[in-house]
Amino acid sequence: MTAPVSYLDYNASAPLLPEAAAAMTATFALMGNPSSVHRAGRAARAVIEDAREAVAALVNVTPAQVVFTSGATEANGLALVTGPVTASAVEHPSVLAWAEAETIGVDADGVIDLPALDNRLREFPPAVVALMLANNETGVLQPVVDAAALAHGCGARLHCDAVQGPGRVAVDFQALGADTLSLSAHKFGGPKGVGALILRPGLELPAVIKGGGQERRRRSGTENLAGIAGFGAAALTAGAALKDAPRIAAVRDAFEARLADQAPQARVLGQGAARLCNTSCIMLPGVSAETQLMRLDLANVLVSAGSACSSGKIAPSHVLTAMGASEADFKCAIRVSFGPGSTAADLDTFFSAWMPLALTAAA
Amino acid sequence: MSVLNSMGFAKPPPATRIVVAMSGGVDSSVAAALLARDGYDVVGLTMQLYDVGAVTAKSKTCCAGQDIYDARRVADRIGMPHYVVDYETTFKTDVIDKFADSYVRGETPVPCIMCNQTVKFRDLFKAAKDLGADALATGHYVRRIMGAHGPELHRAVDPGRDQSYFLFATTRAQLDFVRFPLGGLEKPAVRALGEELGVHVAAKPDSQDICFVPDGRYAETVKRLRPEAARRGEIVHVDGRKIGTHDGVIHFTVGQRKGLGAGGEAEPLYVVRIEPETARVIVGPKAALMEQSFALHGVNWLGDEAAPGGDGRAVIMKLRNTHTPITGTVFGDGAGTARVVLDRPEAAVTPGQACVFYDGTRVLGGGWIARGGASQPVSLNLKRAATASA
Repeated sequence: MTAPVSYLDYNASAPLLPEAAAAMTATFALMGNPSSVHRAGRAARAVIEDAREAVAALVNVTPAQVVFTSGATEANGLALVTGPVTASAVEHPSVLAWAEAETIGVDADGVIDLPALDNRLREFPPAVVALMLANNETGVLQPVVDAAALAHGCGARLHCDAVQGPGRVAVDFQALGADTLSLSAHKFGGPKGVGALILRPGLELPAVIKGGGQERRRRSGTENLAGIAGFGAAALTAGAALKDAPRIAAVRDAFEARLADQAPQARVLGQGAARLCNTSCIMLPGVSAETQLMRLDLANVLVSAGSACSSGKIAPSHVLTAMGASEADFKCAIRVSFGPGSTAADLDTFFSAWMPLALTAAA
Repeated sequence: MSVLNSMGFAKPPPATRIVVAMSGGVDSSVAAALLARDGYDVVGLTMQLYDVGAVTAKSKTCCAGQDIYDARRVADRIGMPHYVVDYETTFKTDVIDKFADSYVRGETPVPCIMCNQTVKFRDLFKAAKDLGADALATGHYVRRIMGAHGPELHRAVDPGRDQSYFLFATTRAQLDFVRFPLGGLEKPAVRALGEELGVHVAAKPDSQDICFVPDGRYAETVKRLRPEAARRGEIVHVDGRKIGTHDGVIHFTVGQRKGLGAGGEAEPLYVVRIEPETARVIVGPKAALMEQSFALHGVNWLGDEAAPGGDGRAVIMKLRNTHTPITGTVFGDGAGTARVVLDRPEAAVTPGQACVFYDGTRVLGGGWIARGGASQPVSLNLKRAATASA
């Protein structure tokens, strides 16, 4: 049974790009340790530095500013471990884990309350302000430039979790005014388990994983060669893929138009704000996200809801809660996220599986 | 018309979607594997019922215990879709709280029946329907047999494993939709099938006791939920003598002999009655335990003919899961309560337990044993009842 699968979960992970797969496969022939002096070591080292240049170009920085990590969770930790951290209420758990318990709220569309941030910074200036580029559940873009100005005004750094950005929106480290920024390869076609922390020139942060002194002593341990090679290849493609963003936006907008037409009781959360081109967080009153996900999966349509914990049960979304959604609401919200592989045909598959639920609930 | 498949549907197994309630244990895993082997469109659902960390008083985690992990791995191996459904809230309200309340009322509850009635056959039932399933299968050892008047519920082939007692409250609509693939198998055969089908939990020990009560310490669990239930009180002999004190009625069940601190008595004493209002535990000799008539509430009837009325219906019944069946007559009022008159007096008729009616192997229904002979919800035809039992 090989029924066509509509993969509409790019915000969770994007399919591996063929370019990334090829770059990774090529590294399996490299026997050397990148730290070794001999030619085999140099060959491996060259792969890492090529990738570093590609990642640097993706976010408009110099290669020396790129630290490879095991992913964005580690990059966020590296950036925030020194704290104290003031964060928005809608950050990823790997940011919130380091933040003060009292976060900065968002409006009903999920955009951070900048005056509230300003007040907090005047009253209790932290070491770091953390604000994501775009929210993973809703796609809502955050005013990072403004937050950076506020942070710098009180002497704090600005950390930006930009995981959802590449390939969907321009990510310009300098233009954002960030001091640190985290990336994850697998959100835009690279492999899982590799990411990077971008640092402002001159900023030195304490290493957490110590040892051999790799990554300019910022992150020890023999490099994940295949992962980094795949990351670099994906970064090259993602930069070019930005021109595909309007097409993805058209698919997403067609999806939301059809939703409004066929299931008027459904709502798109965060629709009033500027969003990524690819994300739709939709709420179908009266039908649990659990049921929607299972029903869609059984029909080969793959989407997500909130943040699934390791048991597989769906935990209440802190993002939608922060946006003022009631428990009844966020229990019924799912996230549909499109990508370069998405077409109008995916919409047909989605609606043929999902509409029976909407019609039952409406009845 | 084409012949029916093994689950009773007139279509090929691949076109028949069966949702299997998978606990992560051997039985439901084998049930799933059997259905998958027969080609059904099998979907596994595992219920997240309580926070394992919170129950075992370890750190609170969002994560499930070993059982969900096991269920997922079994589904992986079978190659079937598997999902976790979160029923923590409803399990707390409909099972754990009711379990605690029942103890506080001086009863000895059977939470597994409450769970079957609510989260399993109401919520999971609905989830299965939402997924477009034709049937919901469980790993219960009980048989569903098609009779002249529709599906009937029967005891399992393996008497040592029979779980029909726990399913007395199954409604006709539920019975129509559920399937029990293991009812015709003996436990060793199920384990062997598990090995044969590559179900890697085949050697896992059977679950014991009540899932949300770690180490079988009921009183501790109830005390945590209902601190007032630990009120000290008196142990009083049926002849009126105060013979001691106790640390809360939750430590006692009707028929209990141990832990009464009644050493100096001439004959062994048993808990005869629990009076939670006054926190009194009434004890007496074995003779005081004997009862011949008691009331039921929440009565469910699965027989072909009308539910027992004032004229009564003779049945075989079990008053506890492990009870040797006895005979008696059920007098119903048609409104969910009934009075049972036993052919012979029986010791330790325990409020909170179920009284389940049988006709041979067939389950005819049952009800919950109510407290106190004094409050008799069924008054009709008691005189006749007394005559009938004479």
